[in-house]
Amino acid sequence: MEIPYTVNTRPDTGLWNAKVGIWLFLASEVMLFGGLFSAYIFLRLDAEPGMWPHGLLNVPVGTMNTAILIASSVTVVLAWASLKMRRFWAYWWYMLITILCGITFLTVKLVYEWPQKFDHFGAFIKQEALEKYEPYLGNHHLEEKGLAPRREITGHLHNKAALSDPNIKEYDIALDPVNADPTNPANDRPHFLYQPSTDKIAKIEKEDVEYASMFEPRHSAYFASYFTITGLHGLHVLGGVIVFTYFWLPIGSKLYKRNPEHLANRVEVVGLFWHFVDLVWIFVFPLFYLL
Amino acid sequence: MSLRGFHIVFIVFSTLLALGTGAWCIWVDLVEGAPVFLAGAVGSFVAAIGLIVYGVWFYRKMKRLRLIT
Repeated sequence: MEIPYTVNTRPDTGLWNAKVGIWLFLASEVMLFGGLFSAYIFLRLDAEPGMWPHGLLNVPVGTMNTAILIASSVTVVLAWASLKMRRFWAYWWYMLITILCGITFLTVKLVYEWPQKFDHFGAFIKQEALEKYEPYLGNHHLEEKGLAPRREITGHLHNKAALSDPNIKEYDIALDPVNADPTNPANDRPHFLYQPSTDKIAKIEKEDVEYASMFEPRHSAYFASYFTITGLHGLHVLGGVIVFTYFWLPIGSKLYKRNPEHLANRVEVVGLFWHFVDLVWIFVFPLFYLL
Repeated sequence: MSLRGFHIVFIVFSTLLALGTGAWCIWVDLVEGAPVFLAGAVGSFVAAIGLIVYGVWFYRKMKRLRLIT
């Protein structure tokens, strides 16, 4: 039995069925991501001064990933237009570039950005112990300048066993530049370029720590939102890449030979999904990386 | 909305993002004192111009090919 209205439009809707379906799906996606973005914004607005992490993401890398996704949107549209003009090999090449862009985006996320965060450590100091760690926090200096105080000491954790072993009484941290030299005016504001940890080691006693964690979702509302939204977005990118690959393989060529307009319509539907996924990133990038 | 229509909307948002990123880079340079971001500002504004040129080219091309009605 042939599926109706895959190429021709339905008389009552004026559209072929898959297009109605994808827009209904995208409407549900808007609600999904809209809810997550709203949660992020309200969490941030309600955060205490100095408690919301800022400048922890690598802006140049995020910018590169943004450019990759924008380029992939261009190539997917060119792939679809090539099919409409019955230029199969142009379609094939544009689709290949789109797939490679998607894979590159995911690789940067999974091999570089996320692992870098998982390898980083932060310890929030108890209110009563802030003075003890003043050499690493520099809050007197910040107060003089009217800036929000610091509560967290961050860096590379040398003794990771301290996270789970109650017999280890302190954390050994190779400090980030901001905690290694907290009164340096250059560290008054967040940095937006990657800065490796310094050689300066600090010993933070566990009893002075209110909360400590690697930069994982449980570290803070910021990282919980970051990993949830970028993770969900990454899954969407993966889904798009899988479907693009399916149409790029010989199965697409067979469908093209049988009915080129049908393949063009299928690519248009996935292209709409891909554009939505890229549009989500257009909001993710400034919210998490810049603001 | 068709793919070409959504693509134009996407390019508009991308252009706004490029302009916003350029403005942000200037802000980081002026307020935070990080001159390295001036290059980012120039790159962002050039990207914004490129996206506008591409958007106009795309619209005209689609219209010429009758893929935009």
